[in-house]
Amino acid sequence: MPEHTLKRFEDELTSLKEKILAMGGLVEKAVRRSMKSVLQVDTSKAQKVIDRDRAINALEVEIDEMTRSMLALRQPAAGDLRLIIATIKIVTDLERSGDLAEGIAEAVLQSEENPLTHTSTIETLADLVIRQVKDALDAFARSDLDAALKCIERDKKVNKLYKAMQRENLTYMLEDPRQITAGLLASTIGKNLERIGDHAVNIAEMVIYMVKGHDVRHVDHKTAAAILSGELDED
Amino acid sequence: MATDMKNKLTIRGLKLWYGDFEALHGIDLDILAGKVTAFIGPSGCGKSTFLRCLNRMNDRIAGCRVEGDVLLEGNDIYAPDVDVVQLRTHIGMVFQKPNPFPKSIYENIAYAPRIHGMVQDGPDMDELVETALRKASIWDEVKDKLQQPGTALSGGQQQRLCIARTIAVQPDVILMDEPCSALDPIATAKIEELMDELKQEYTIVIVTHNMQQAARASDYTAYFYLGDLIEYGETSQIFTAPSNQRTEDYITGRFG
Repeated sequence: MPEHTLKRFEDELTSLKEKILAMGGLVEKAVRRSMKSVLQVDTSKAQKVIDRDRAINALEVEIDEMTRSMLALRQPAAGDLRLIIATIKIVTDLERSGDLAEGIAEAVLQSEENPLTHTSTIETLADLVIRQVKDALDAFARSDLDAALKCIERDKKVNKLYKAMQRENLTYMLEDPRQITAGLLASTIGKNLERIGDHAVNIAEMVIYMVKGHDVRHVDHKTAAAILSGELDED
Repeated sequence: MATDMKNKLTIRGLKLWYGDFEALHGIDLDILAGKVTAFIGPSGCGKSTFLRCLNRMNDRIAGCRVEGDVLLEGNDIYAPDVDVVQLRTHIGMVFQKPNPFPKSIYENIAYAPRIHGMVQDGPDMDELVETALRKASIWDEVKDKLQQPGTALSGGQQQRLCIARTIAVQPDVILMDEPCSALDPIATAKIEELMDELKQEYTIVIVTHNMQQAARASDYTAYFYLGDLIEYGETSQIFTAPSNQRTEDYITGRFG
C-alpha cells in the first residue's frame, strides 16, 4: 500500500500496530511464564506474571487513547478504519488474556503446597493455546489470513482436549479425594487456557475483518474459509 | 446490486471529448431513484464533466462531443427531439457558488414556473413559492422578507434559495456540483440534512471534493479517476471496504 499523504497519520498507524504487537508479545510471554510457573512449581515466576500484568493494562489504556483520538481527528476510512476498529476489539481480547494468565499465576501461588499431580494433558493444552496466540499475533503483524484461519481451526482441537482434560481430572478426583486440591487447580488452569484460546480466535477473526472487510464471526471454520476464497457471500 | 430498486438515470457507454481530448472513456452507471448518489475523485477525473452530461450542460461548450446513452426513465435525453430547456426542468442543477437571480426572493422562485407556464401569478403562485421554500427548509427564515433581493441573504441561505428555485419546477433529478464548498459547516450541515429530506421526492446526484460529505450525505458513491468510473457501490461499503485498491488509496488519503 502506498504511503499516506499525511505523514503524521501514517506514523500514527504504524505506531498503533507496533503497540498492539508489543502488547501481544507481553501477553504471549505472560501465558508462557504462567505455565512455567505451573509446571515448575515456581512461585517467583508466578509473581512476575502478576507484576507484569500492569504493563499490559497500561498498554491497553494507551492504545485506547490513540484509537479514540485517531477516530476523532483523522476520520479514517476503508483499510485504515478497519485497522482501528480491529485494534479497539483486539486490545480488549489481549487485556483479558493477560488477566487469565494472571489468574493462572494466582492459582499457582494459592496452591503452592499442592501442585499438579498430572501435567501431561494440561501441558499439551497449553502448547496448543500458546500456538493459537502466536498465530493470532502473526496474523495481525503480517496481515496473514492463513495464520488467522489456522488459529481459528486450532480452537476445535483445544476445546476437545479441554473437555477430555476435565473428564480425566474428574476421574482422578473421584478415585482419590486427596487429589481434589490439585484437581481444582488443574480445572482452573484448564479453563483459563481454553478461554485464552477463545480470545485468540476473536483476534484472528478481527484480523480477517481488518484485511478483507469480511465478518467471519459466528460462522464455522469451513464457511469462513469459503467466504475468504470468494466462493460464498457473507449473507 | 439489488434489482428491485428503480433506475432513474441509466448511463451506458458514455464518452465525451473536448476537441481531441477524450475526457470520459465510456461510463456505465445506474442512478437509483430516491437515493443520493455522490461522485468523488481527484480534480480532473471527469466527475463534474460527467455530472454536466446528465442535463446536457456540455452541449454549449465548443468542441465538446458526447457519445453513448443517458436515459431518464428509459428516454434518451440526447435524442434529437428533446427540448433542452424542458429537459432541465426535469433534471435541475445547483452550482458550487450560490447564484440567485438579482431579483427578489419571491421572484427567484416564481420566475421559472411562470415562463414554463406552470402556474399563473396570484394565490397559486404564492402557494408554489411557499411550498418550494418550505421544502428547501428556508421558509421560516425568509417568509417576512420575500420582496427583498435574494442576493442579500447569507451564502448558506442563498444556496437553499437556489435549491428552492430548482424544486419549484418539480424536477425528477437534482444535480449538485460542489454545493457546499463555499459554505460554513453549519450551512453545510443544513444542506446535507435537506438532501436527506429531498430524496423522498427527488433523485439527487452530488459532486463533492469533500469525502466526508460523500460519506455523510450519500447512499451510493461512485469513484472516478482519469475519465473512468473505478468503483460504484453503497457508500457504507465504499468507505469501509472498497473492493478496488485505487478507491482505497483515494479515500484513505494515500493518493498521489
